[in-house]
This record gives sequence, C-alpha cells and structure tokens, in this order.
Amino acid sequence: MILSPDQIVYYQWKGVGELNATILFTWAVMAVLVIVSRYTVKRIAAEGPIPLWQNLLETIVGMISGQIQEVSRQEPFEYIPFIGTIFIFIFSSAIFSVIPGFLSPTASLSTTVALSICVFVAVPYFGIKRRGLKAYIKSYFQPTILMLPFNIIGELSRTMALAIRLYGNMMSGAVILAILLTLVPLFFPVVMQLLGLVTGVIQAYIYAILALVYISSASQAHQEKDAEKGEEKYE
Amino acid sequence: MNDSVLIAAISIIVAGLTITLGSIGPALGEAKAVTQALSSIAQQPDEANTITRTLFVGLAMIESTAIYCFVVTMILLFANPFWNYFIS
Repeated sequence: MILSPDQIVYYQWKGVGELNATILFTWAVMAVLVIVSRYTVKRIAAEGPIPLWQNLLETIVGMISGQIQEVSRQEPFEYIPFIGTIFIFIFSSAIFSVIPGFLSPTASLSTTVALSICVFVAVPYFGIKRRGLKAYIKSYFQPTILMLPFNIIGELSRTMALAIRLYGNMMSGAVILAILLTLVPLFFPVVMQLLGLVTGVIQAYIYAILALVYISSASQAHQEKDAEKGEEKYE
Repeated sequence: MNDSVLIAAISIIVAGLTITLGSIGPALGEAKAVTQALSSIAQQPDEANTITRTLFVGLAMIESTAIYCFVVTMILLFANPFWNYFIS
C-alpha cells in the first residue's frame, strides 16, 4: 500500500538523491504558478481594458488581503507574501488533483513538515520584527516564568499538529479512494473524490488562517490599538 | 502462538479500536459545534460570514483529533515499526 508519493521513485542518482513523485509534482505546481504569474505581470495594464489573467490574480490577491485584514485586524500587506504563497500552493496542489495521474504533493508528510517549519520560523521573524527581540522573548515568560517550558512545548506541538493535520487530510482522501476502488469500483469513488476536493480547498484555507493566527498572535502588543482602529473601519 | 502472530493480532485490534474511539469523540464535538453555529446564524443572519469562518476553523481543529487517530491507524496497519523490527 502506497501511503505517500515519497515511495514512488522515478529516478535515482547514486549517493546524491532520488527523484520521487513528491519532488516532481511540487516542482510542477511551482512551475505552473510561476509561469502564470510571470505571464500576467508582463502584460499588466493600469488603465483601459485589463487582461483576463490580471483580473483573476487581482481578485485572488484582493480576497486574500481582505481575509487577512478581517482575521488579524492588522495591515495585510506585511503578511500577504507569506500567507498568500502558502494558501495558493496548498490550494492549487489540491485542485490539480482533478488531472489524471497527478499526485498531490501535500499528501506527503515531508512537504507538510517543510511548510510547517516555514511557519515555525516565520512566527519569531514577524514577532521580532514588529515588537523587538526583548518584548518577543518576554512573551514566553507570560504569565509567569514557570510557564516557559509549556510555552515552548506549545510552540513545537502546534507546528507538528499543523503538519499532521494537512498530511492526514490529504492522505486520507487517497487511501479511502484506494480502498473503495477495490470494494465498489463504479461511480461511488467519484463522489468521494469530489468530497476530497472540498476537503482539500477547506484545508488550504484552514492552514493559511492558522498560520496567520499564530503569526499575528506573536505580534500581539499592537493588537489592542489596531483592533479599535479595525472596529472603526468596519462600521 | 508465536511472537509475530501476537504482534499482528494486537496491531489489528488496536487499529480498529483507535479509529472507532477516535471518530466517536470528534463526531460528538463537531455535532455540538455545528448545532451552536446553526442556531447562532438563525438568530443573527448578518453575522453569518464571521460565524461560518470561525466554524470552519473550529471544525478543522476538532477534526484534526480524528485525523491523528487515522494516521496512527494507518501506521499500525501499513507501516508498523514493531512489525518491521521483528521481521528484520
């Protein structure tokens, strides 16, 4: 039973490494995203009729920035590059699974752990950037110094939970599909595949939102002031 | 009954138990969350956007406990470390 695309090896270099399905499809998704973005940015138009692809990308970026502003109650522009990239990557690797033969790279534990390590590094990065090193380290001693080990454990375990949640959701779709194909090969697997597509999209959203919540809670010092400002904006 | 049969039998039984208990709890929790969210939306339809977003995030958090159980089950069934150790 194949539990992850890591186990499918296409090519092996002696002593250097191997080309497995995870790496191949990760690079395929990355290539599609980069090519579409490059194509759009080269033909960008500030006035007159805007091109089709520019319209699409502007909608996506606008939607992401709106969500970031609503959730974190902070200026979205600082977070868009990181959160948006994570969202679009997970989203498109879930959506591309409608293409026959495509294996979602997020169904491999190595991809999701890599993404989670990025979040793990981004939390102190944004926290220190916004609040300064001293205030950030001080937040680990809240409410008392006795809580230091629990704060560190919490930091590590939520990173692990983030990785395993995404991996489990994407992998379970593939495993249930494989089991169903042996039991009821007609029609029913299609329904489960549709369900898997919905799960994939929701998981992409959840992953991005959770990463955003972790990052914005690390820069909490400004939050109360910003929350008041945000409240006024919405009214 | 030798050791390998014992390991296999215990792994299979525990895998079944894990996914059973691990899906009962989250199912109850999710049912409770959805009930509350639906009645909140019925009371305040204007806030439906915020409630739905929070509901989805909360559901994913609850569901992840079931997913952990599923991952453990898969490990016990298909990538059992004790089994591999015993064979080698």
